[in-house]
Amino acid sequence: MSNQSLNAFMPIIVMMVLAAALYGAALLVAHLLSPSKPGGNKDLPYECGEEPVGSAWSMFNVRFYVVGLIFIIFDVESVLMFPVASIFKKMNEMGEGTYILIIFLSFISVLLEGIAYCWKKGDLDWVKSYKRSVDS
Amino acid sequence: MENTIAGYFLEFEPLQYLVQNSSAFFGFDTTALIGFLIFFIFGIVFLGFLATVGGFGTIAERKISADLQARIGPNRVGPYGAFQLIADGIKMLSKEDIMPRSADKFLYYLAPFLSLFGVVCTIAVIPFSGDFIMADLNVGVFYALAISSIVGVGIFLGGYASNSKWSLLGGMRGAAQIISYEIPVTLCIMMIVVLAGGISFGTIIDQQAGMPWNWYIFHNPFTFIGFFIFFISNLAETNRAPFDLPEAESELVSGYHTEYTGIRFGLFALAEYIEIFVVNGIAVSLFLGGYHLPFDFLEGTIPGNLLQFGTFFIKTCVLYYVVIWIRWTFPRLRVDHLMSLCWKYLTPIAIFNLVGVAIWMVCFDGQSMFDLLFSGSSHSGGGH
Repeated sequence: MSNQSLNAFMPIIVMMVLAAALYGAALLVAHLLSPSKPGGNKDLPYECGEEPVGSAWSMFNVRFYVVGLIFIIFDVESVLMFPVASIFKKMNEMGEGTYILIIFLSFISVLLEGIAYCWKKGDLDWVKSYKRSVDS
Repeated sequence: MENTIAGYFLEFEPLQYLVQNSSAFFGFDTTALIGFLIFFIFGIVFLGFLATVGGFGTIAERKISADLQARIGPNRVGPYGAFQLIADGIKMLSKEDIMPRSADKFLYYLAPFLSLFGVVCTIAVIPFSGDFIMADLNVGVFYALAISSIVGVGIFLGGYASNSKWSLLGGMRGAAQIISYEIPVTLCIMMIVVLAGGISFGTIIDQQAGMPWNWYIFHNPFTFIGFFIFFISNLAETNRAPFDLPEAESELVSGYHTEYTGIRFGLFALAEYIEIFVVNGIAVSLFLGGYHLPFDFLEGTIPGNLLQFGTFFIKTCVLYYVVIWIRWTFPRLRVDHLMSLCWKYLTPIAIFNLVGVAIWMVCFDGQSMFDLLFSGSSHSGGGH
């Protein structure tokens, strides 16, 4: 029933359009009301009143990527767990409680194993200690 | 279009009359068209309402902080400074919009929009009352989780595109913090999904109808802990103190929006204050009974819906007050403490809760702890 699902998502499309309209309207009003005198030192990035030294687009802290990767693993895993979680109650009422519990716990054990591994590797510390980074 | 605000209003006599006549006039079924118009009007109403709430949030923040620090706070514009938000809005609109010369122009313009977009799209699934809901999607909770993470993209891009060192540090911290704290939030929501047996807001709220002991926060000890984990993680998701590291003014000047001026800064701030309301609304819907009154009163009528809306609003405002209260009570965390709090405390506890709830469901057949305690005397509401 493609028509029905389209109807269900219609208000969301409406809100997306409204978000764009709000942003556009705010910018338009600001454009009409605010002065515009570009130039001078106000166009420089703020660096506590000094002349900026170099560009800010330099190397990132690599810890950021590690956190991002851990997040993706966990997020994908939780996305896979949602269907199991949403039929949990129904299965329990059908008398298949133990069965669904075992499935659910096996999902969670994979998640737990992942977090335990990252913890032991020291990837959950924002500042990875030197000793750990030499060991691993 | 069932279970939405358009479906609700289309059942009224004048609108049905309008649908019939316009269908006859145009020669095709105009139900979808009229429904679209209703969605559009109420989208504007809800958006305007939440923008006002966000504006009053800034005043509430300043008044409450003043109160907690034994100051007076803003009191010049209007009675008790109530019109301060209009003055602030006019000021934001009339300030010059400056972009750093070396900034990435496209991303710099895109960032506040993404921040606003994520929040505004989340409004669509917030259940304000039984019938005042834009879209009761069958994947409502999932949708809210997904679309609200766009805010994090906006924050990161804002930090990156400015080409300022403070902004970059703030944006990087913000992105790392928001994605990290999404894990405990997801696990806490999954706990509720296991209890409710569905991921639409309607299913979850309807099972919490009635007296406060039917609320999911009191369902069992695990959900009680889960609520606090959800609340703490949401503080971090919305960059509120004590987790406001992306905009820590004592370290990073102003964090990811250092280089933003005028209305773009205002839109960032507005999105942030609306997000606090939205996120607390989700917490109320999942754990605190949502819009339900303790008794069925005028259910389905417009006054009944307004009453339910009032209940929802008051519950959310109480949480909003707690959020502001926390900001002015606790000192800011250090960034490595922040990450270890998320990954080493909240996430394992949330997983423990999830396992606990699953075992509770199987062992006690979905009954709440009050059902078990008073099962001899009465057996009403609760799990089934």
